[in-house]
Amino acid sequence: MLKRLLILCAIFAVATCSGFSQATVRVEPARLQGPRTLPEQTEAAAIRDYLQSWQSLRAALEQNRSDMLDLSFVGTAKDKLADTIQQQAALGICTRYQDRAHDIQIVFYSPEGLSIELTDKVDYDVQVLDHGKVKTTQHVSARYFIVLTPTEVRWRVRVFQAAS
Amino acid sequence: MITRWAFLLSGMGLVLMQLAFAEERGMRLPKAVEAGDAFSIQSAGSEKATLYIIGPEQVLKREIQTGETTLFPAGALYNAGHYLAVLIGDSSTETGSFDVVPSSKPADLSFLARPSRLQVGIHDGITGAVYLFDAYHNLIVAPTSVSFELSNPSGTVEKRIMVTRDGAAWTGMDSTAQQGIDKFVARSGGISSTRIVRQVPGDPCELKMSARQAGKQVQLATEPVRDCNGNAVPDGTIVTFTATYRGLQSTVDVPLKRGFAEVQMAEHSGAMFSVASGVVLGNQIRWDK
Repeated sequence: MLKRLLILCAIFAVATCSGFSQATVRVEPARLQGPRTLPEQTEAAAIRDYLQSWQSLRAALEQNRSDMLDLSFVGTAKDKLADTIQQQAALGICTRYQDRAHDIQIVFYSPEGLSIELTDKVDYDVQVLDHGKVKTTQHVSARYFIVLTPTEVRWRVRVFQAAS
Repeated sequence: MITRWAFLLSGMGLVLMQLAFAEERGMRLPKAVEAGDAFSIQSAGSEKATLYIIGPEQVLKREIQTGETTLFPAGALYNAGHYLAVLIGDSSTETGSFDVVPSSKPADLSFLARPSRLQVGIHDGITGAVYLFDAYHNLIVAPTSVSFELSNPSGTVEKRIMVTRDGAAWTGMDSTAQQGIDKFVARSGGISSTRIVRQVPGDPCELKMSARQAGKQVQLATEPVRDCNGNAVPDGTIVTFTATYRGLQSTVDVPLKRGFAEVQMAEHSGAMFSVASGVVLGNQIRWDK
């Protein structure tokens, strides 16, 4: 329990140092299926990299720049978000996502160690701008399914999918 | 009495009118839409407005006339996610949300199998993990059956049926006793993905050698080297012959060739010859002439 608290504090510290939003982060005990145990360092790294992916998401969708996804996203997730950016740019829209709270639980660590799946009950605000004019700001609660895969130096998001 | 009934009826009428008014003003959204399906959004009023469908996964924008039904054809919204619907007119803004859910029919599966090569007879030595996706590459998070099959050339099939949780399923399989190239297949909803797993013989199980005179030397030769399941250990596996005589030791490493290893060593009466491969020790022979 103490170790989990330390992980959480470390994540908070990283988040604060990097200028990340004031989102509150809660990490539930892992509900793992699979034979592989999840080392605490791996868990902390995966969660840290996932939380940073919200920064990449925010910047990319606000500035309609798909290259800003490169740091945190890969594969299908990156392709789909890049498509959204393309759609936004074509319509003259941009969106500002600001995550407020995360409730994260790791649910799967694949046996060969090449993927981690987590669920996240996220509270966030989304602001819609059309040709630079703010149209609305809404608060959203959604449950996200996230699949992360390891790359050279960090975990990247491969699946990024919400449900209510 | 009549007055009381009239009062109650008029009260109920007022409530019904308020409900109708609320429904008339609001946008009517589907609660959930299957990815890629057609859907419609109804709005009340009679003005020009802009309808935004907003999510990180996809964005749509339509100029509409309120009071009419806005139709979104099949394929308009195909990425699963949680979407905001925002209707902005000259005089009002209305919002709502709905989900786009993955199709329940798998169209693609991501199959991670490890290892691609392992020794025979390893319990749970082979693992396979699967993520299921629909035709739009949305993760199917509803529980879905996945079958895993490991078959070897002799016809032996090991089968497991698993159910996905949060879109993922996994299994562990034993490698069989027989060497060969196995097929590891994951299957769900009529689609499948195959991986090849090469099962190789294990370490030598028992080493036996014989010795005979060969001119002024001793010819040492093993019997065919096999693992504990009777599979021939592959050529190239190193077999070490050792001769010990008067406290001095000489060693020769020989690769297996056609299943055997043989070597000629110096002949000394009273010498002790031994054979080993990896951690397996074979028999010893004392050479007395």
